[in-house]
Amino acid sequence: MRCNGLAAIASIVALLGNVAASAQQSPAAPRAVDPTFEQWCSHCHRSGIYMAGTLGLLRKYNGSKPALLEERDDLSVAAVKAVVRHGSNSMPPFRKTEISDAQLDALARYLAKQ
Amino acid sequence: MTLPPDIDAKRFAAAIRELRTVVGGDWVFTSDEDVDLYRDAYTPFYGEPEEYIPCGAVAPDSVEQVQEVVRLANRYRLPLWPISTGRNLGYGGAAPRLSGTMVLDLKRMNRVLEVNDTLAYALVEPGVSYFDFYRHLRDNNHKVWMDCPDPGWGSLIGNALDHGLGHTVYRDHFDSHCGMEVVLASGELMRTGMGAMPNNPLWQGFKYGFGPHISPIFGQSNLGIVTKMGFWLLPEQDEVRSHIVSVRRNSDLEAFLDTMSYLVNSGLIDSSWQLVSGIRGSSDPEIRAAMAAQAPDAELERLGAAKNLGYWSTRIRFYGPSAVNAARWDYVRKRMAGIPDVFFADGKVYTFPMNTDTVQDEPDDLFAKGGLGIPSLAIFSLGARNGSQGHIFFSPIIPATASEYRKALEVFRQAYADLGLPPLNLVGGWSWYKRTLVLLFNMPITHDVASNQRMRANYRKLVQIGADHGWSEYRTAPAFMDDVMNQLSFNNHALRRFHETVKDALDPNGILAPGKSGIWPKRLRGKP
Repeated sequence: MRCNGLAAIASIVALLGNVAASAQQSPAAPRAVDPTFEQWCSHCHRSGIYMAGTLGLLRKYNGSKPALLEERDDLSVAAVKAVVRHGSNSMPPFRKTEISDAQLDALARYLAKQ
Repeated sequence: MTLPPDIDAKRFAAAIRELRTVVGGDWVFTSDEDVDLYRDAYTPFYGEPEEYIPCGAVAPDSVEQVQEVVRLANRYRLPLWPISTGRNLGYGGAAPRLSGTMVLDLKRMNRVLEVNDTLAYALVEPGVSYFDFYRHLRDNNHKVWMDCPDPGWGSLIGNALDHGLGHTVYRDHFDSHCGMEVVLASGELMRTGMGAMPNNPLWQGFKYGFGPHISPIFGQSNLGIVTKMGFWLLPEQDEVRSHIVSVRRNSDLEAFLDTMSYLVNSGLIDSSWQLVSGIRGSSDPEIRAAMAAQAPDAELERLGAAKNLGYWSTRIRFYGPSAVNAARWDYVRKRMAGIPDVFFADGKVYTFPMNTDTVQDEPDDLFAKGGLGIPSLAIFSLGARNGSQGHIFFSPIIPATASEYRKALEVFRQAYADLGLPPLNLVGGWSWYKRTLVLLFNMPITHDVASNQRMRANYRKLVQIGADHGWSEYRTAPAFMDDVMNQLSFNNHALRRFHETVKDALDPNGILAPGKSGIWPKRLRGKP
């Protein structure tokens, strides 16, 4: 499977290039990145050719919404919490020994831009 | 609520009360909402009563707390399933083998206890992830590199204990460990190797210690809870580079793999390498159409040559001084030159010291960061594009020879056809361990019960078919541990009976990870 996966990567590089370009055109608001996002989410939800979360959201929304979570303006606190604690597709849930309820609250407010 | 075997609700409630006095009320989890977080996110039993569901989770913060929890578990006959970060996705996640087992979550024990740049080793706790350790090394300006598996959120200890692997010189994580601290099933604390001698400075330097070398029995086992573990690290190198060797014809595989074996077993190649096929792995429409039409090799080779694709290829990474790397690569090319039309390509060259945070992903090299010991989750990008709900690996290990690889390909292609699975075009072969190839079959997990049931039945048949040809898995998920262990049947399963003898002696109450690797304690043997 890795061989086939590797071979397909070239085809998504262009798509991700668009994501990166869009990120450059609309820079994130000048506020500190939430430390929980940095520690736990950024490995899959930033801009890059191998970002599983960004790729999954690109596939899901096909451009109708930003693939980058930090660029979304339609996320609710409840929705972020639900995905973190329940997972989505191949994203597993995160336990309280990894992300505490207090950290999750701050993370959700960060992504919901509250 | 799924209660442990032989414990009623009243007794369970008493155990929970006691656990809370040991670790604090915030770190014992029993609500369905909290316990669900310890289920296997990639369970092959989704929506079925057979799913392995824990009764709860307890998260100690110290070795003393782990010891107390184990003593308490003995009193209550409460089974414990230790996890480090619980991210062994594809091989079972955090969930126990036996429903009703209490997960012992060691994530809070996440201290890097020592890093020694001179002797190039570290001592860590189970909750330290590869991401954590990488950051620790960079933030403290250490001149040593770690090796990491593809998913960077795993634990150094957990991954090593499950015989996990990476890319660099120290890719065999269990082999690269040196010295353990273990809480035994009695609650007693033991240190292995030279850690057995108070104040001995070689706990992380000389793994054998004196007398029987005992650490390996704690890998893929249920004989103790590892609370500290030492790891050997790679001193910062001058240069890391990669090159690709490709051969044009399928019939070149014999010479290609024999040459790789010579180079690896001579120490001239000392990194993991993957047998891939540029042609059979190609997304080119013309080549894919030819493969779908079952075109002969000669036709595929002709198409491949026109597009500069090899039939077989591998990327080789070199670590060391630039001149030494260049000399090794020269010699690899010299040894390979006997294969007609062999061709070579150059990967990126990294020169150190450099800030590894600035390393970029490479479109043609998914493992570029991993090859430098930089953790990531890039591997999950492979599943993200098709909306995967998870996967489980079937991972037989075979000799790294063309004859055995061809035989395996033929056997499993036929098996896929017989089982009604999609045609098996190719199986990637990873040589993490010298002399071997691990064949990685990615079996998709879905939320459809019938589909998962078919997958499980197919998996079990593949285990049997592999065993019929003398091949075993090197690692598997709890759902299939009994199946794999059952195939190790020499002399009426002498090995499993030995494991059971040791298990019963060290863990008479059967509290540690019942069923791990198909090893069951006496009181539960034959019951689940």
